[in-house]
Amino acid sequence: MNHDLQKPPADSFERIQIDASHAERITKPSLSFWQDAWLRIRKNKAAIVSMFLLLFIIIMAFVGPMISPHDAKTQTITHANLPPKVPGIEKLGIMDGVGVLAGKEVDLYEMKKVDTYYWFGTDGLGRDMFSRVWEGTQISLFIAFVAALIDMVIGVAYGGVSGYYGGRVDDVLQRIVEILYGIPTLVIVILMLTFMEPGITAIIIAITITGWIGMSRIVRGQVLKFKNQEFVLASRTLGATNGRIISKHILPNILGIIIINTMFTIPSAIFFEAFLSFIGLGLQPPEASLGTLINDGYKLIKFQPHILLFPSIIISLLMISFNLLGDGLRDALDPKMKD
Amino acid sequence: MAKYITRRVFYMFITFFLIATATFFLMKALPGSPISSASKLSPSQLAVVEAKYGLDQPIPVQYAKYMLNLAQGDLGNSFQFKNASVTDLIIDRLGPSMLLGTQGLVLGVALGILLGMIAALRQNTVWDYGSTFVAIIGISIPSFVFATFLQYWLAVKWELFPVALWKDGWMSSVLPSIALAMGPLATASRFIRTEMIEVLSSDYITLAKSKGATGFEIAFKHAFRNALIPLVTVLGPLAAGLLTGSLVIEQIFAIPGIGEQFVKSIMSNDFSIIMGTTLFFSAFLIVVIFLVDVLYGIIDPRIRLSGGKD
Amino acid sequence: MEKILEVNDLELSFHTFAGEVKAIRGVNFDLKKGETLAIVGESGSGKSVTTKAIMRLLPESSSEFKNGQILFNGKDLTKLSDKEMQKIRGKDISMIFQDPMTSLNPTMTIGNQIMEPILKHRKLGKAEARKVAIDLLRLVGMPKPEARIKQYPHQFSGGQRQRIVIAIALACNPQILIADEPTTALDVTIQAQILELMKDLQKKIDTSIIFITHDLGVVANVADRVAVMYGGKIVEIGTVDEIFYNPQHPYTWGLLSSMPSLDTAEAKLYAIPGTPPDLLNPPKGDAFALRSDYALKIDLEQAPSFFKVSETHSAATWLLHPDAPEVEPPLAIVERMKKFPGSRYYEGTEGGTY
Repeated sequence: MNHDLQKPPADSFERIQIDASHAERITKPSLSFWQDAWLRIRKNKAAIVSMFLLLFIIIMAFVGPMISPHDAKTQTITHANLPPKVPGIEKLGIMDGVGVLAGKEVDLYEMKKVDTYYWFGTDGLGRDMFSRVWEGTQISLFIAFVAALIDMVIGVAYGGVSGYYGGRVDDVLQRIVEILYGIPTLVIVILMLTFMEPGITAIIIAITITGWIGMSRIVRGQVLKFKNQEFVLASRTLGATNGRIISKHILPNILGIIIINTMFTIPSAIFFEAFLSFIGLGLQPPEASLGTLINDGYKLIKFQPHILLFPSIIISLLMISFNLLGDGLRDALDPKMKD
Repeated sequence: MAKYITRRVFYMFITFFLIATATFFLMKALPGSPISSASKLSPSQLAVVEAKYGLDQPIPVQYAKYMLNLAQGDLGNSFQFKNASVTDLIIDRLGPSMLLGTQGLVLGVALGILLGMIAALRQNTVWDYGSTFVAIIGISIPSFVFATFLQYWLAVKWELFPVALWKDGWMSSVLPSIALAMGPLATASRFIRTEMIEVLSSDYITLAKSKGATGFEIAFKHAFRNALIPLVTVLGPLAAGLLTGSLVIEQIFAIPGIGEQFVKSIMSNDFSIIMGTTLFFSAFLIVVIFLVDVLYGIIDPRIRLSGGKD
Repeated sequence: MEKILEVNDLELSFHTFAGEVKAIRGVNFDLKKGETLAIVGESGSGKSVTTKAIMRLLPESSSEFKNGQILFNGKDLTKLSDKEMQKIRGKDISMIFQDPMTSLNPTMTIGNQIMEPILKHRKLGKAEARKVAIDLLRLVGMPKPEARIKQYPHQFSGGQRQRIVIAIALACNPQILIADEPTTALDVTIQAQILELMKDLQKKIDTSIIFITHDLGVVANVADRVAVMYGGKIVEIGTVDEIFYNPQHPYTWGLLSSMPSLDTAEAKLYAIPGTPPDLLNPPKGDAFALRSDYALKIDLEQAPSFFKVSETHSAATWLLHPDAPEVEPPLAIVERMKKFPGSRYYEGTEGGTY
């Protein structure tokens, strides 16, 4: 608290006028909610890596079968049960076409006089596993995306109506959900599948028949929360219609949570499809998904581990990426976590 | 609280009744005859067999009978295993499934809590990243993929454990239990981590610090209990996950449990076992979810006295 | 009077995603035995951070002491190990928090929560500690303490919970009690009760209090001395009379003018224009200059140091520099100064009643 004896220039003590608006100037550029979210997720390395990995897998699911020299459906019996062989990498001692036959390691390609390359090997019918794995990925992704989309649409509509209109409507809708919620998903899915013709449609219906409930509960909760907040009441006092309130005030606020929830629905749909196919309730041959491929591979694990290996790796990577991306999105979009 | 429990029990019965009804009619609508050797029998022989199972009566009568029997705990007789009662078949196979389920749940939840605690207390360190990684793997890798690889490496390649079947006593249960534990482990550790981090930043933890509590006291005396109580709420979904897991894992390890029998009966169209097991699973999950809610009310002092939550 | 706490040139920063936030930028003050020092200022001025820094309650991963000392009975608290600090917290220095609804552990009985520091620091047995806890509850005015000690926080009202928090803070007869806006979250009537309680307790147990608030009405009620904080610095410090009736810093003028008062006839309440400074890039000169009607050219270039007004009163504003032009404070302030002997507007002889 000492008195500084510095000597400032004489004109220093002139009074100045400061424009009040100058003080109000906000130094940080203002970011929209989505720009802010993007900045956050960009810092999350795991989410970014997952995003690129997912992109790669999705592209490969379509491009993979095309770039392979072999067709997924052609059965070349003489080329059955070949281990993977990739040009270039084969020199490293892995994926070089060497497999175990009667307890001895032999180059099966040489033995069977195959002079082409099967990057992921072949299955018991001599089909190219590379093409099959990517086509299976395509089917699995298709089922998961469609199921997630249907869950989202039904869930948002049901939850939105229930929450927004409230009263008697909400009461009735919620009693129905309360009962449906008590029914274990697994049980209902299996029941539906024993009842329906197996196929992609049946699996999608089975997955979505209870899948939307989670989304509807979340959406209802959010709508209830926002519909009574001051900015909605203010807008209503100014004469806004229901449509405007829903589209301009409520929807933008709950969009983040809808996206996050959908992000987590996708991997669980992938899992359920694979699970059903694995216990034999899913797709029937010749259709193949990652689940049926894993099921095929499981039966041959002792002799042809490569048939199990590749679809397992792809499904695991898919699930991990979707979950990490979902986590990243949740951290970026959930205002509660904002620092 | 009593009012809340009554209401919940009422809903439980409605749910169960609906499931039973839906199951019955879905089974009736199924294509194909439940009688395995139907094609080999002459029409008159078939009629005799059908009469024996009551399949010749009108559907409403069959339904009423089924429901009446159900009320007495009788799930009917199997079509495959000559007249064996489905209730007995389920009870016979309960043992291995229960053992695996309990071991998997206890192992998974205990390890999950440990990992989640470490991650939260050592946030943004190698410990945190490590346990988060394990949790992501546990959530992401499908149990049947994980089980298959456990079986391939630990049993087939390294011969540390029996490959399959229920012949080597407790050793046979190790690998399937580990495979089942992955889900609960991942769920519990993610849950505890989030809860702990939230609790650790709460005002009452700051107050505890300002009293001079040590890091250990903060973590265990104050934070742990508050983070643990909400974990009860995920026990319901965990139990459902265990059931799902048991279907594939019992299959992979050839364990004579309920799940394996269920999958087999789906393959062979054995209606009575499918219906019986479905109802058994539903009842199990409904009761678990109910118990979890009541338990939550009991251990959380905020709910204990202020009545039920809604 | 004996100084019990001395804060010298304290500088503290937070490391955030956006960069280094200089939350405290050179804070000096001291606390004497038995006195109540109020720290006032708007949100984000650094008043809460200062006290949390004294208690060392800031997250170690993101906060950093850049400079300065916090001397408690001659010991520098910034240099103590965690273990040594734990021995001081709750025993010598304790704290009351803003929101009583969230500051008690919801799954622990209040008895156990009050007994925790007693068992920890006073080395008493469980039964004795229980007795002390009941006495404390009675001291803070909780009816039927024997029965209520077994209850959980959700069974108490907000005001009662704050009484419990106060009981916890007083459990070991601390030398310093830090109250971080203890009445902000309470109803006005309950506020008055809690303030009365605190004044009453201070007489009984002779502790020094640091009272943080943004409510000047509360300050007038409880404080002996007042420190005004702005932008991570103390801008004016003095006795309660000096701050209320002879303020020197334009920010203090603004604060006092924005306080509603019964004897000013003005219908319109004054509001300080603009927003608090961004502490990510704190301004070079006087942090308040941009919002001030009394800014000088030098304010934008150089931060003012403290100028002494009296033995107990000093303010950091260039307006007190001998070369500075004389300015006319706002009318409401001039009215106040008229009552203060020693101010340049003092008139009459009736003295500074308040």
